[in-house]
Formats: sequence, C-alpha cells, structure tokens
Amino acid sequence: MGEAVIALIGNPNVGKTTIFNALTGLKQHVGNWPGVTVEKKEGEFEYLGGKFHVIDLPGVYALTAYSLDEKIARDFIVREKPDLVVDIIDASNLQRNLYLTLQLLEIGANVLVVLNKMDLAEEKGIKIDPKELERALGVPVVPMVASKGKGIEELKKAITESLGRKPKPLRYPNFEPYIERLVRVIRLDKRLSEEYNPRWLAIKLLEGDKDVKGVIEGSSERDEIMRGLIDIKKDLQRKYEDLELALADERYALITQTAERAIVAREERMTFSEMLDEVFTHKYLGIPIFIGIMWATFKFTFDVSAPFSDIINWFFGWLGDALGSHIANDALASLLRDGIIAGLGSVLVFLPPIAFLFLAFSWLEDSGYMARAAFVMDRVMHRFGLHGKSVIPMIMGFGCNVPAIMATRTLEDEKDRILTILVNPLMSCPARLPIYSVFAGAFFTGKEGAVITSMYLLGIGLALVIAWLFRKVIFKGEPSYFIMELPPYNRPNWRGILGAAWARTEKFLRKAGTVIFAGVVIVWLLSVTGPSGYLGSEALENGELLAKSWVAALGHALQPLFSPMGWDWKAAVALFFGFIAKEIVVGTLGVLYGVGEEETAVSHAIAASGAFTPETAYAFMAFSLIYVPCVAALAAIKGEAGWKWTLFALVYELILAYLVALAIVGIGGALA
Amino acid sequence: MTPLSFLNEGTRARITRVTGGRSVLAKLMAIGLVPGSELKVIRNQMAGPLIVAVGDTQLALGRGLAMKILVEVE
Repeated sequence: MGEAVIALIGNPNVGKTTIFNALTGLKQHVGNWPGVTVEKKEGEFEYLGGKFHVIDLPGVYALTAYSLDEKIARDFIVREKPDLVVDIIDASNLQRNLYLTLQLLEIGANVLVVLNKMDLAEEKGIKIDPKELERALGVPVVPMVASKGKGIEELKKAITESLGRKPKPLRYPNFEPYIERLVRVIRLDKRLSEEYNPRWLAIKLLEGDKDVKGVIEGSSERDEIMRGLIDIKKDLQRKYEDLELALADERYALITQTAERAIVAREERMTFSEMLDEVFTHKYLGIPIFIGIMWATFKFTFDVSAPFSDIINWFFGWLGDALGSHIANDALASLLRDGIIAGLGSVLVFLPPIAFLFLAFSWLEDSGYMARAAFVMDRVMHRFGLHGKSVIPMIMGFGCNVPAIMATRTLEDEKDRILTILVNPLMSCPARLPIYSVFAGAFFTGKEGAVITSMYLLGIGLALVIAWLFRKVIFKGEPSYFIMELPPYNRPNWRGILGAAWARTEKFLRKAGTVIFAGVVIVWLLSVTGPSGYLGSEALENGELLAKSWVAALGHALQPLFSPMGWDWKAAVALFFGFIAKEIVVGTLGVLYGVGEEETAVSHAIAASGAFTPETAYAFMAFSLIYVPCVAALAAIKGEAGWKWTLFALVYELILAYLVALAIVGIGGALA
Repeated sequence: MTPLSFLNEGTRARITRVTGGRSVLAKLMAIGLVPGSELKVIRNQMAGPLIVAVGDTQLALGRGLAMKILVEVE
C-alpha cells in the first residue's frame, strides 16, 4: 500500500494550521488548487513505518459550496475520497462546529474528530467528555491542546488506527424513509452509486443543491431519478412547508442532542474575552482604540525596522563599490554595481518594514482583535458602500498592496471583493514615502510632517469616495450582509504568527522582488545607453551625458502629456519608471539630477533646479500616490480579479491621478 | 415578532422566522442561526452591526441582516 491521504478540515480559527504544522513539521509545500489561486498546503509525515500525505483544506463553516473555499473542500472530499478526514473542532464552541462534522458524515467520509482547545473550553466553564462525544457521533475523538503541543502523539496514533474504518451512516429519523426511497432510485445508476455516496446525493437532492443536481443531469438514469425526486418532494411538502428549513431543523436537533450528551458540566462565567469586548467593541471607545492600535502598529513597524533598513542600505552600497572597483570593464562593473546590486538593495531595503508590519498584523489577527476591528469599522465602511471586512486589506495596503489585495479573499461576496481590490492601491504603501519626503523636504520645509500626512489622508479619502461612487454606478446595491464570528481572544501562538508573517513576506519578496529588481536593471540599461550606443557608466552621475540616453528620449516623448501640470521631462521619466515600482522614482530623479540616490541630496537638487513650484511639487506627490500601482500590485489584481478589472483599475487610476494633479495645480495657481 | 435589530443589550430571544433569499438563509444556517435557535444580544448600539451570542459562539451581524431575523423575546 502507498501513502495514506489525510485531509484536515475545520471551521476558521480552530487551530487547524497549528495541527498541520505539528503533524508535518518541515515536510510541507504550498501551491495553488488547480485552476484557482486559493492556497493549497500539503505535507507529509511518517509514523510507525507508515507514510501519510496530509492536505490542509480551506477553513469552512459548512460544505454547502456557496463559496470558493467550501467548493474546494467539498469537491476534494467527494471526488478524491481521502483515506481519512480529520475534522478539527473548537471544544469551546462545540455546538457550532458540529454542523460541519455532520456534513462530513453525510458525505460518508471516514471521519476522525479532533477536539481542540480543551483548555479554552475549561476556562469558559465547559466540561466535555470526549468518550461521550465518540459514542454520540460514532467516530473516534481525540482531545487536544494544539497550541501547547498536547495530544499530537495521540492524534498520530488515532490516525493510524482509523485507516480503513467503515463509517456508520448518519440517520435523520424524520427523513429516513424518504432518503431511503430516493437512494433506491439513485442506485439504478451503478456508476453513480460507486462514485458517490448515494445517501449524500439523496440528502443534497432534497435540499435542492445545484451542484448535485448537475451530477444527476449527467447520469444515464437522469429521468428516473428526477421523477423519483419530484414524487418524494411532493410527499414531503405535505408534511413540511419549507424543506430546506426542515432539514436544517433536523440537523440542529441532532447537533443539540450530541452536544448535550458530550458536555457533562457547565457553569456561567464572565470570560476574559467578554471583559475585553466590553472595551474593544464599545460604542464610543471602539473607534479611538482602533485608531490607537493602528498608530502603535505603524510606529512599532517603522521604528523597529529602520536600523535594519539602514544596515541593508549600507551593505549593498559597500558591496557594489567593492565589487565594482575590482572589475576593469566599465560596462560590466556598472551593470554589477548600479544595476544588479543596487537593484537587489532597493528590494531588500523594504523587507524589514514589511516583515515587521506583517508580524504585527499576524499577531493582531491571531489574538482575535482583527475581527473586532472589522466589527467596529463596519458602520463607517458601510456608509461608503464597503464591507466591514474590507477594512483589514485596506489597512494592510499601508504595508504593501500586493498581499493586501490577496487578503481580500476573506470577503465572500464577489462585488465587495472586487470593489475592495479596486480601491486598495489608493492606500499609500511605504514605497511612496520616499517620494513624499523628497518633495516635502524640498518645497515645504518645516511642514514636512503635515504634508506627508496629508498624502495618506488624501489616499484614504479618495478610496472611500471612489468606493462610494463605484458602488453607486458599477456595483449597484448594498454591500453583502455583514456576518462573522468573533473568535475568543487568544494568547499569542508565536509559531503560528511567525509562520503567517513569513508566508506574507515571502509572497512580497517573490512577487514584488522579481519585478522591482528587473525594473532597476532596465532603468540602468536605458540610462547608460542611447541612440548613439553605450554612453559609459558616468551617464548615471553626469546629467549632460544622460541627456543623450534612451531615458531622456523617452522623457521628451512623454513630456507634452504632463505640461499642463508644469512638469519637465525628468519628472515624466521618473513617473514612467515609477510604473515598475514606486521605489524607483526617487532613484531615477537622483540619476537625472546627477546626485545619486541619497534622499536629502535629491531633495536639495530638486529644490535648486527650479523645475518645480510648491504647487507642481504637491501635484507630483499626489499623482505618484494615485496613478497606477506598481507592476507587482497589478499582477496581484490580475491574479485575484482577472484581466478586465486590472485594465479597469489602471485606466481609472490614471484618469483620477491626472484630474487630481490638474486640480491641485489649478487651485494652487488661483490661490497664489 | 420583532426584528432582532430592535432588541436591547442583554435580551434573550428565540428566532421565529428569517426573511430574505436562499443564500442568506444558507449562510445563517451554516453559522448556526435558524428558526428555533436561542440567542442573547451582547451588543446593540442602535447603529452599525450587533453582536449576539448563540450557544458558545459570538457573532457579529450587520444591521441589515439583523432586520431580516425575526425573534420572539423570552
């Protein structure tokens, strides 16, 4: 026998990832489910000579296949028929988690139940007897406290023992005769009853499940089955007004019975969670606390990461010079120093702030606060046509729009999701910060802080207004219903937090890294060459020489577009390269003004050049904020929403940026 | 029968009816809110979403959704 295939499933926040990591250790890999961009995690472990292949299914509350995650999980269990499905249940929340368990049993999967968070249940005053639950459900139950590593060995043992078990069918007393009647008809198609569990097909047909109806459509006995279904439904309708509701009632009756049997004692306690919620979700305190926490998060991020960024900056500068001075060939030395090493440096310098920001966000998520943030902000978001859950990806946008756009997956409704994706690039990421500080330093001495803050606020304001507008014009209707579980507050599980933070940072590195790196190399290439051929590496420091390069040619071609705003060809070039990544804008200006990449030097050079006035500089900052996100963010939009919306985002942002910049210059001119 | 959204904090109630489409119903069902289930209003600030406790679960519900859930106060 080869490897046994084990599927892990459970509601969100039950500790599934912790258990997956504990089982598979370092032997895991991440990919995507075929055809969709939803993450697929797989891993392996060995136990007593047996080999086990573990698939981590998406966290779901049910298997109704209403969302992509549910569809993936259900299809996998129904079609791939894993040898064992390990269903992880939050013991502190037994009743609610049993809904999924019941659905797994309906499918006829070989289920093993893990009763996780036993410590939390006890804290809440709930005492559960795993043996009773085992008897009530008819499947093995393993109690665990995964966050403390308790029960992992027992789980491995139980997994080995459960392989090859024949699950006992789940019975719904009031519906049994009807289910059996339908099963008899379904069995007419041999192939169908081998591929699927006929009882499951029958239950789903009674519920009116669309996907299962589709399965029946493909059957050779289609007509017979459909006739049987109509017949049985007619009989049932005499008993029940709404069949779907009646079945839900039946399920919940069974769940209540099961939970009552398993919970042997309980006392009412005001939990720590409830006390915290008194404060965090308070009518008046909620929003100030939220803003305070966000401020602290950013303060932490930038303060802690700054020295790391400085070290990286210094190191790559040193490395470039050291390597460059050892190579005689000018072109090769320059490619290494100014192209490749400077390119790597400009990517890696963003690594510390992004890694620390994701660390802070992962901690806030793991602790349970993020769900409260969505709750508190729903009122504000709703007013602008956004969903409460949109707030998390929008705040993450301040760290990097790439993972922020990916984080919109928590939104189930397609309209809400696309709307959130479309406005996300307006949240100012750290790559735009150098542009602001260079221009604010040059033209708004003494008011830099206020000017830079105004850029962030402009971004937020525009995002809300645009969301409101798009909701009115394109995505007509209300945002989808806000419904989410508020998980109890958790003590941090550092392993999980570090894992999540690293996964996001790695995504940034892989997606953004390659693009930004390639961008810097292209800028270098276009700067040191021109219509007359190779210009020499001095072109990067010598403005006169650079005026003969391809870059200059490009700038002159683009300049007419920007003349209404009063920007010269150098600004046009910088903006053009900013399309690759905003990090390149300041570097490009530095090169064009012949002063290198150092921010204060660039700032002085721009102030002295006379190419900008305070109004046109402010317009330039605003334009940099709004126009096209970087290529990596566009790639993320394409991955999440498709080509059509990527193009749409590109076009609307260019237009918006142009209009806003024009307005700033116009109003500024009128006031002056 | 009153919509859930009108209940004061601390009130216990039982769901009697859910109005609204099939997908709304399915969502509520999966999360444990069906006719017959008992709940307690934890937070209702008469604007924005509510928090209700169903069994051991705390759920945040948008005000619009809470309008569609009809309850009987106990």
